[in-house]
Amino acid sequence: MQVPAPFDYARAESVEDALTLLQRHGPESRVIAGGHSLLPMMKLRLARPEWLIDINDLFELDYLVEDGDVLRVGALTRHATLLGSDLIAGKLPIVTDAERVIADPVVRNRGTIGGSLCQADPAEDLSTVCEVLRAQVVIRSLDGERVVSMEELHRGPYETAVEQDELLTEIRFPIRPRTGSAYEKVERRVGDWAVAAAGASVTLADDGTIADVAIGLTSVGLDGRTATRAEDALRNAPPSEEAFTAAAELAKQDCDPVADQRGPVDYKRHLAAELTKRVLRRAVERAR
Amino acid sequence: MQITMTVNGTEVTAEAEPRTLLVHFVRDTLKLTGTHWGCDTSNCGTCVLLMDGEPVKSCTVLAAMAAGREIRTVEGLAQNGELDVVQKGFMAEHGLQCGFCTPGMMMSARALLDRNPDPSETEIRTAISGQICRCTGYATIVRSIRWAAAQ
Repeated sequence: MQVPAPFDYARAESVEDALTLLQRHGPESRVIAGGHSLLPMMKLRLARPEWLIDINDLFELDYLVEDGDVLRVGALTRHATLLGSDLIAGKLPIVTDAERVIADPVVRNRGTIGGSLCQADPAEDLSTVCEVLRAQVVIRSLDGERVVSMEELHRGPYETAVEQDELLTEIRFPIRPRTGSAYEKVERRVGDWAVAAAGASVTLADDGTIADVAIGLTSVGLDGRTATRAEDALRNAPPSEEAFTAAAELAKQDCDPVADQRGPVDYKRHLAAELTKRVLRRAVERAR
Repeated sequence: MQITMTVNGTEVTAEAEPRTLLVHFVRDTLKLTGTHWGCDTSNCGTCVLLMDGEPVKSCTVLAAMAAGREIRTVEGLAQNGELDVVQKGFMAEHGLQCGFCTPGMMMSARALLDRNPDPSETEIRTAISGQICRCTGYATIVRSIRWAAAQ
């Protein structure tokens, strides 16, 4: 039987309350939301907090709001809510694509976007999606709030800029006109981590050329998650099959996958290129 | 700690450690052993029950996190001595063999039909995609849920 080591439990009633509890209980306290990353780690003793602060009652962090050219998403928004949202599907289809293949429908009922980003698992899909969309996140403490980019948020595997007495409260997605996005993942079975996955966001100029593009890859050891050489090659170019193939080749060269039970290196590199092409095609179609 | 929740329509209060998982609270403390305990890693889905009407994997929810919420287990499917239509479907279409995955499958099916009374085969397969039947009886499980939807 797998059970976590003993800990004390407190349920926060507001963001302010959660931050106060985190400060009061100090470095060995952790926030729990959906729990589908933290509890398995606690069962394996990979995490051993002395206090768990349950934030599931913070309904004020469960929202999707279009606010001018920004879509603001509360950190406690569940995967199932994101998947079911017409607003998300219309404005940020890459999120819908990714949510369809994150874990399974039952896990998606509990897991949250904030939890996914704070877990900072290198094989996690929403982190790539947020990088591609150049999202920003709001981190709150009792002293105030700060807004950081994804590069600043993710310091390394399982390590983020969210300090122990802070709470990630909101994710801000810029909404750009004439922009399309897409995500595609290859997994061995439902609920497994990606063998490889790719995401892209493409903004077209009035003349139909690519004004801006972001390409991200999951689970293939791409430093910083975005394929900058492939992006540079596509910028200001007309979208074409040849351009996508050339960009995909650059993305393939820039990734550095490791062989594991999900596949050998050459297979993962092949997927990196093929999935890059597919998401570029779909993102451009959606931008038109 | 004292934990109070509503289980199958009745409010219950019991003592449990904060680290007690909901699946063990339901099975060992409340003696509702219809909810099965399987992989312990939120992969197999046999521990699925409904929390506030939504299917959750109860091996990855703390009992403390379920305090104040509405829990429905397989024991709560039958009403006034009559089996739920989902249970009848599993009987009519042979939706179970060894029976181990059955409670979780039926609870996901109930939640699916509550929000979508006429699901397609694809929608049914998606809804149970996080749950494993090691007898590999998926075809009959899907038929059972279709049968329930048709009633």
